Amino acid sequence: MPSDLVSSPTVRSRPRFAAWSDPTVTLLAVLVVIAVIVFAALTPARFLSGDTVRAIAFQMPELGILSLAMMVPLMSGGLNLAIISTANLSALVMAGVLTNLIHPTSPPWVIVAAILAALLCGMLTCLVIGFLTGVIVAFFGVHPILVTLGTMTLVKGVAVLATSGTVIGGFPPAILFLGNGSVLGIPASMILFVLCAVVVAMMVAHTPFGVSVRLIGSNEKATRYSGVATEWVLVGVYVVSSLLCWVAALVMMARFNSASAGYAESYLLITILAAVLGGIDPFGGFGRVFGLFLSLVLLQVISTGFNLLGFSPYLTAAIWGATMIIAILIAVVRDRWIARIWPAKVK
Amino acid sequence: MLSQLRAAWRRHDVQIGSIVVIMAAFFSALSPAFLTLSNLGDLLENYSVMAIMAAGLLVVLISGGIDISFEAIAAVSQFFVAIILVKFGGNWFTAFGLAGLFGALLGIVNALLIYYLGAISVIVTISTMTFYFSILMFMTQGRSIYDLPSWFTSDMSWLSIPFPVMVAAVALLVTLVLLSRSPVGRQIYGLGGNPEAAKRMGCNILGLQCLAYGYSGFMAAIGGIVQAHRVEEVVPYALIGRELDVLAAVVLGGASLSGGIGTVSGTVLGILLLAVLQNGLTLLGVSSYAFGVVTGAVILVSVTATAYASKRQQRRGVRDAV
Repeated sequence: MPSDLVSSPTVRSRPRFAAWSDPTVTLLAVLVVIAVIVFAALTPARFLSGDTVRAIAFQMPELGILSLAMMVPLMSGGLNLAIISTANLSALVMAGVLTNLIHPTSPPWVIVAAILAALLCGMLTCLVIGFLTGVIVAFFGVHPILVTLGTMTLVKGVAVLATSGTVIGGFPPAILFLGNGSVLGIPASMILFVLCAVVVAMMVAHTPFGVSVRLIGSNEKATRYSGVATEWVLVGVYVVSSLLCWVAALVMMARFNSASAGYAESYLLITILAAVLGGIDPFGGFGRVFGLFLSLVLLQVISTGFNLLGFSPYLTAAIWGATMIIAILIAVVRDRWIARIWPAKVK
Repeated sequence: MLSQLRAAWRRHDVQIGSIVVIMAAFFSALSPAFLTLSNLGDLLENYSVMAIMAAGLLVVLISGGIDISFEAIAAVSQFFVAIILVKFGGNWFTAFGLAGLFGALLGIVNALLIYYLGAISVIVTISTMTFYFSILMFMTQGRSIYDLPSWFTSDMSWLSIPFPVMVAAVALLVTLVLLSRSPVGRQIYGLGGNPEAAKRMGCNILGLQCLAYGYSGFMAAIGGIVQAHRVEEVVPYALIGRELDVLAAVVLGGASLSGGIGTVSGTVLGILLLAVLQNGLTLLGVSSYAFGVVTGAVILVSVTATAYASKRQQRRGVRDAV
């Protein structure tokens, strides 16, 4: 990874919004503006409309929350390949509780109690998965790719075994509201995503836990020798990642009005793409939630724009893959220019 | 004698091998159908495509990289060759030759991007996987090719060894020779073990990376052709999504994700472990829905036990040194 696709921690007194001093954020913001201008020029009447913005706002949260779940382990120098299967199993558990407790004749208090019970069970499922993953990663020292490869297969296996591959559906309106409802014109799922993003951003930037996570991503041994209980921080990383999967599970089941062992599997590798495009260092240590947010906006603007132009969704996915390569390319070229013009600035 | 045995027991491939043997004994005791020639033939044939692709992935892992795009490369090459065979005809030589060439080219694209962009392999190959596969889906609109030439789909076996098994055996043998009987193979181990040292010793890093990723693409394409021969059709999305299964098998066989470690024999045992397990469970009447649970548990237990053993060994080393 070229060194400046990655943000460097600012030492001087913190500006109001530190993200703007980040070259990745600037690059992404420029790319978003270019994409918007190009699409607005190509489809003048339709792209710059409320409908487009609303479409983007409805499509972003699902991938967004899952990308946050991928981002936290990435920042610790790890990876969580089990996010999709965790979200699916959690959604299935919640769906199972809801459909078993609620009948067409149930009084409102039963529905409320059932929803609370479902939320609790879904959260517990994710807690257990995250805790076990974290313990194996932290205390046995197994590479996170291997552990989560195992948990991914195991968790999906449990989901498939429990449902025999079928779909569970039919939820109360309160759950569906999370997927399709809006508050003051803003989709509820988008509010949920922004809430998660703000919480994760605060956690990463301003809490001892977040600082420890970034330190572990930079140099785990040095962090341990400076007195941080790195094992428990790593357990925390995978628990947080799994809890974000729980929120993603809620949004997914609300959007589809059903849960299954096989939903959203194509998102797994896309979340890594989105996170790395957003400036999260895949070796760990660096990254900003705001960068991730911009990369998600960029990906959604591209897909919505191509959709309006009548292109196939497959072509959009190809463009996403190309965007990643191009973003790395731009950063490499910019590195060389900076090195030529201003040699002192490069290590 | 005892110390030799103990030293042998510490070797990963010996451990995996014993587990495979124990499992095979267990299944043949419980089910008379397990240890029959036809069942073992089926078992080998079912996992031959995975073995061919695993051989390619193993070389990339040893070189210190990772390739996520090989299934996409296989799907693209499969389709490319199928179209040419249907339009212009051909024989096995052109089928394998064209597929191998095309697969190797796509693999080399990965290597060039990784080398010149200085980006890590997992990110580059995820991007190219997305790119290759989406372009394929866009071009084909998800349509399959069923009218493959009859020589391509007809059953070919020699001494009752199925054709896919023969190809897999050749692929593994070639990989074995490349890795442990050729100077280039030693350089690939060196590159994975310590890239900086390899560079200073004068290894051609770009060339080695092109070889590793090109080889992975080549083997993936060959695997794609064999798979098309087996199922007698080319479905664009049939292969995609299985890249992590192959990775799991190679890793079970003892290859390290940080490079420099891995053997062909280990990879074969890793695949056999998964194959014997699934085949045995099927014969015992366990629902195929339970495979995921069992496979996942095996991967978790295996990687945890390996890591735990090496951690203990390290600790013992420290104690002896003190």
